[in-house]
Amino acid sequence: MPQEIYLDNSATTRVSKAAAEKALYMMTECYGNPSSLHSKGFAAEREMTAAREILAQRLSAQPNEVYFTSGGTESDNIAILGAAHAKKRAGNRIVTTAIEHPAVLATMAALEKEGFEVVYVEPDADGNIPAAKFEPVIDAKTILVSVMTVNNETGAVLPLKEIAGIIKRKKAPALFHTDAVQAFCKLPLSMKKLGVDLISVSGHKVHAPKGVGALAVRSGVRILPHAFGGGQEKNLRPGTEGVPQICAFGAAVREMPAESDAERTVRAVQTHLIERLRAMPEVTLNSPENAMPYIVNLSAGRVRAETMLHFLAQRGIYVSSGSACGKAKPSHVLTAMGLPRERIESSLRVSLSAENTTEEIDAFADALALGLQTLSHT
Amino acid sequence: MQEVILVKLGEIVLKGLNRRVFEDRLLKNIRRRIQRAGNFDVYSMQSTIYIVPKDEDADIDEAEERVAKVFGVIGYTRACVCEKNMDAILKTAPEYLRDTLASFSTFKVESKRADKKFPLDSMQISREVGAALLRANAHLSVDVHNPDITVRVEIREKGAYIHCETKLGAGGIPVGTGGKAAILISGGLDSPVAAWMMAKRGVELTAIHFASPPYTSERAHEKVVALLKKVGEYAGRIEMVTVPFTKIQEQIRDNCPEELATVIMRRFMMRAAERIAREKDCGALITGESLGQVASQTIQAIACTDAAAHIPVFRPLIGSDKAEIVALAHRIDTYDISIEPYEDCCTVFTPRHPRTRPTIQLVEAAERSLDVDALVEDCLANVEIRHL
Repeated sequence: MPQEIYLDNSATTRVSKAAAEKALYMMTECYGNPSSLHSKGFAAEREMTAAREILAQRLSAQPNEVYFTSGGTESDNIAILGAAHAKKRAGNRIVTTAIEHPAVLATMAALEKEGFEVVYVEPDADGNIPAAKFEPVIDAKTILVSVMTVNNETGAVLPLKEIAGIIKRKKAPALFHTDAVQAFCKLPLSMKKLGVDLISVSGHKVHAPKGVGALAVRSGVRILPHAFGGGQEKNLRPGTEGVPQICAFGAAVREMPAESDAERTVRAVQTHLIERLRAMPEVTLNSPENAMPYIVNLSAGRVRAETMLHFLAQRGIYVSSGSACGKAKPSHVLTAMGLPRERIESSLRVSLSAENTTEEIDAFADALALGLQTLSHT
Repeated sequence: MQEVILVKLGEIVLKGLNRRVFEDRLLKNIRRRIQRAGNFDVYSMQSTIYIVPKDEDADIDEAEERVAKVFGVIGYTRACVCEKNMDAILKTAPEYLRDTLASFSTFKVESKRADKKFPLDSMQISREVGAALLRANAHLSVDVHNPDITVRVEIREKGAYIHCETKLGAGGIPVGTGGKAAILISGGLDSPVAAWMMAKRGVELTAIHFASPPYTSERAHEKVVALLKKVGEYAGRIEMVTVPFTKIQEQIRDNCPEELATVIMRRFMMRAAERIAREKDCGALITGESLGQVASQTIQAIACTDAAAHIPVFRPLIGSDKAEIVALAHRIDTYDISIEPYEDCCTVFTPRHPRTRPTIQLVEAAERSLDVDALVEDCLANVEIRHL
């Protein structure tokens, strides 16, 4: 097996050593139930409190604004269903985008079946959505606006602050939710600065294990629960907490470099990647110019994405076609951007972490060039 | 473009010759409190305190949040500073206010000239800045009578300041100018609020907590720590003294009439607290009592309790309703912590039918079966101290 080059960090990341060790410790030694009154339970609760504080700090929030969940999808579900049902009497309109993650889009579809009117704002051809596109659709009957911070397929950054301004100006009773799964620890996130009420994040995109996420709920905002149980996470996400994952999440986030430092590192690698890709005439870039540097979406000639993906994987290089969640379906994001079919079918997503190097990029680019040469005729 | 925080001083401007002392203390408190937000210059000029970031890393958002909780600050606002000429002002204002104005439909501009040498008068400044903001924001219109937002331009000594609404500060007077006092804190709703109220009047706090393991748990203790940290966001550093109280409570249970247990317990608390207060240079005790709230908070019961103390006992909540206390607890963010359901020293051994009108004679007679001094000495010998 050749050396492994992992360029699929937006699908998931390797769990950090600190996170894995913390999880092991919580499973084998500090294994009490945080709800237990005795000191064994209290020790587990303390560890969880520490993790909550780390998350709160990263989100510029207070610890009591952070709720642990089983992941980004559950955070999105709790936020969207909870907000829509809590605000039901104030109106019927929900505004989102056509390029959201399925965790949001499928939840929206469920709300449409309940009778809510959901408006999907479409992206421009470059993948961006300018704030002005929200101006005509947010009105005084809009009860929820859910817009992702960064698109998971193209890296496009959405104008949250401006949208928050529009919500306020239109005097909409809306709660404002953002799925920040791809932005967490990559762009600075703050409910106050962005003007949002709810932020969903996930653990396994930031070197924590799978099965843990968090939802930040701005203090004073009330959303309705949709699961019921023993009162954990202030009734918003009942059920015994996934203590090992939660504490590992805290350990992983604590180690993540400051957003600006990480961005500088990744930007250098991304710049190199873009240069190499621009030198290949068969390659077109699908990410907007001003995208976050962690994600580069490209179309490689007429080679089907799946074929190229396997070709690269044989050489130990891992990327994805579209998003990892979409599996083989054509990307709804690139479709919404209006890209021609063959460009969508040949689209690959390279997603970086601060651990990737320019040498790895060179190896990828060389392999991609070889793939284009050998696979183009099939 | 440099952003700063301007702070308006509260009552302290009324303090005549003491003003200097109060102002210096406030400056010191602000400096200490915003340390964690980065490097800032903090100085005062003409009844305004200026908080100026010294470098890129200084987090002005966090500084603002922290300043909002400093007693002695009546109001504060974020402002942008630029050179004192119209070109600079007209260039800076639309840029600085872009994000803010996105949330509003109507506005007006108000200007003030502290520097009367500035060539334009305040009306002219407002008109030009208003026009510039209109040009830059297509969605805005002017409403001088009932605007959604008012933009202010101030021509001061050192430059021109552009800002919007001034926010309400924590009020009160600077912590440390009102001496020191010790708060008896249990973990309930009232005592943190009482502590906060006295800190608002400039009092520096020491906290005394009575713990009765195994009747009370480690969690109850941590709850008090969490409460004091919240209060500390306003009151500054707090020294916490934890007094082991199990033996005293058991002795009262075993030797005194049940209906007097609570008032006797409170007298022990007073005795121990007074000793600690004197040692820590505290001139008074503070409790969270509110008249008539429970059996130990009747005039008669309070009289019996106070008879055990020989320094003033402040009860800032004595005339407050529960609803008012709850509202304050929400405001200072202690409510959610206070309602966590752990036993504290006031809820263990609660008599079924406490006497609401105890007399000092009855109480003293009941205490005769106890070795009061020895019990107090014993618990004081084993206090634990923590700096929060």
